[in-house]
Amino acid sequence: MRTLIKNATIAHCDRIEKNMDLYIKNGKLEAMGKNLQNEADRVIDASGLYALPGLVDAHCHLRDPGFEYKEDIASGTRSAARGGFTSIACMPNTNPVADNTTVVRYILDKAQREGVVNVYPIGAVTKGLEGRELSEMGSMKEAGIVAVSDDGKPVVSSSVMKKALLYASQFNLPVISHCEDLDLAEGGSMNEGTTSTIMGLRGIPSSSEDIMVARELLLSEYLGLPIHIAHVSTAASVELIRQAKKRGVRVTAETCPHYFTLTEKACLGYNTNAKMNPPLRRQEDLEVVAEGLKDGTIDMIVTDHAPHHRDEKNVEFDSAPNGIVGFETALALSYTYLVETGVLTLQQLVQKLAANPSKMLHIDKGTLCCGKAADLILADFDSEYSVDVSSFVSKSQNSPFDGFRVKGKVMATMVNGQIVYEDTTPA
Amino acid sequence: MNLQAKDVLGLEQMSPDEINLILDTASDMKKIVTSKMKKVNYLQGKTVITLFYENSTRTRVSFELAAKYMGAQAVNVSVSTSSVAKGETLIDTGITLDSMGTDIIVIRHNQSGAPHLLAKNVQASVINAGDGMHEHPTQALLDMYTMKETFGGIKGLKVAVIGDIYHSRVARSNIIGLTKMGAEVHLYAPSTLMPTGIESLGAKAYPTILEAVEDCDVVMGLRVQLERQKKALFPSSCEYSRFFGMNAENMKGAKKGALWMHPGPVNRGIEMTSELIDSDRSAISRQVTNGVAVRMALLYLLSGRKEA
Repeated sequence: MRTLIKNATIAHCDRIEKNMDLYIKNGKLEAMGKNLQNEADRVIDASGLYALPGLVDAHCHLRDPGFEYKEDIASGTRSAARGGFTSIACMPNTNPVADNTTVVRYILDKAQREGVVNVYPIGAVTKGLEGRELSEMGSMKEAGIVAVSDDGKPVVSSSVMKKALLYASQFNLPVISHCEDLDLAEGGSMNEGTTSTIMGLRGIPSSSEDIMVARELLLSEYLGLPIHIAHVSTAASVELIRQAKKRGVRVTAETCPHYFTLTEKACLGYNTNAKMNPPLRRQEDLEVVAEGLKDGTIDMIVTDHAPHHRDEKNVEFDSAPNGIVGFETALALSYTYLVETGVLTLQQLVQKLAANPSKMLHIDKGTLCCGKAADLILADFDSEYSVDVSSFVSKSQNSPFDGFRVKGKVMATMVNGQIVYEDTTPA
Repeated sequence: MNLQAKDVLGLEQMSPDEINLILDTASDMKKIVTSKMKKVNYLQGKTVITLFYENSTRTRVSFELAAKYMGAQAVNVSVSTSSVAKGETLIDTGITLDSMGTDIIVIRHNQSGAPHLLAKNVQASVINAGDGMHEHPTQALLDMYTMKETFGGIKGLKVAVIGDIYHSRVARSNIIGLTKMGAEVHLYAPSTLMPTGIESLGAKAYPTILEAVEDCDVVMGLRVQLERQKKALFPSSCEYSRFFGMNAENMKGAKKGALWMHPGPVNRGIEMTSELIDSDRSAISRQVTNGVAVRMALLYLLSGRKEA
């Protein structure tokens, strides 16, 4: 299969090139240039569209094995493709937990057979995510994991975290830390503040995140080893990471679209689709998170795609599980709230959504280079449209963004030269 | 005039006019409660279900009697005896009760927002009889009724609320209701039990109990939830009563003739001394009587709304 894409504007992580053609052959990007005349089986007119490297998500939940009623690898990868993600790293909090080679191989096999994008499993830091004994990171690395994390929970013991950093570094595995002082969070279900007081809900203080971020930074600095901070949501955490980076601490950090678009007020009316962990914070936090993205303190945007069944969210607020679906809104929200507002350039957005996560995970993705696998997307950044959760291809629709007016629509997603998603709705 | 909404979920959604309507109606109802022949037929043919996910004696009995005095069928569903214990969701339980022809569901739940979820999913009117740490509108209505009965009005009153504000739905509903009706609300609590941002509801927090109660018409003590003591939010009951309890000495700065109130059940000697509880100025038992009258008024107004 040979494909020729004509007249696209290419957004690389460092430059924009207009009126470009891309030629794809045998799954690889063969040529990029003006007025290419290569013979092709399909020619796509991309006038008015942007070509971007396929997006890379360093943090998602595919729920497979164990929670296939929420999502499975087939539906999850299709949802990713619709959102423009061609490579995704999935968290190990499945059932059974991905803390051993058997589960890791299951995920990779199933992704090979049923998936439509590249799937990179993340292994557990500790057996059963219990925070006590280290998992078999070496064997899991051989089986194909790209990082380790106990995401969903912090590694409570500082001693275990220290050992994890040491041991993981021997296998060149990034350690992704979910930062939360559970003792301080005390079973809260939203951010602690005026809104939680008005709603009569137990609050999670922002300091419960900051305290753990500080610990991870200190451990990383003490050992001289890298640490990756998951889903940064507070102003103080951004500042802690900023200062650590200045001191030369080997830290990378991520945030999610909801932490620069929504505040705790989205929970009003007991909206369980705005319940997540870390919780939505205050306007001040939201602004500092955006600043952190702008000045490079926060390296990347991830989705934390966390599908839950309708019935699980249609309950009392305290009883509802944490998390929202993210693949199918991430690019549009990032473009609308960061690029349109002038916080980031489109090139910087490509860094945050493709190049930087690839670098952190040590995978050869996230850029458009001749000779490499043709993982790319075509996107329309000009037309405004409404997010419609009923159109999601994810099995779940738990999103607080239904009806949001956004720009940034994925028109086609290509993985290894194959088109795995194409927008067919009339313009 | 009648109530606008299908449900009574909190005082947050209620207008001052609606609050006045309920209080005025309650004063007619009080005549029935205090008469020898406690039976009228305003709710004949209506069904009221009290659905209680939390233990309660006074609120549940108060609602049940309010319904029965007006001739309604009143059925109590409590968690341990229903299919709730079998894992049925709140929505499914609500739909089941709805399908049996229930007109009004009175719900108490340990989670904030549960009545709102129920209300969205049933046709029956829903009355919030206390949800988590959120609201307890009928308690605040009966408190306001008691104040109005004593002082002739609510506007301009100074009301101090003392105690565990953090966990208290009674405090939240009173703050919302009283400020809406033009009263001034003062707060005092151990700082571990004073929720952040509470002043955004229009009340003012004071650094000492003496300042909080100064010149107040009403001082309301809140129940110390001793079952929460395992979380060590204050050092001991003894220390609590010394620094945060109401006694004759620290109430001296309140207005002459000030009223002592408490939603009950009261821990004697902890949040309030027996001397205050048993004094002429204590409104505690009158609050209970007024509770029945206020709930009758609400049930009456809600069922009237449906016929309108």
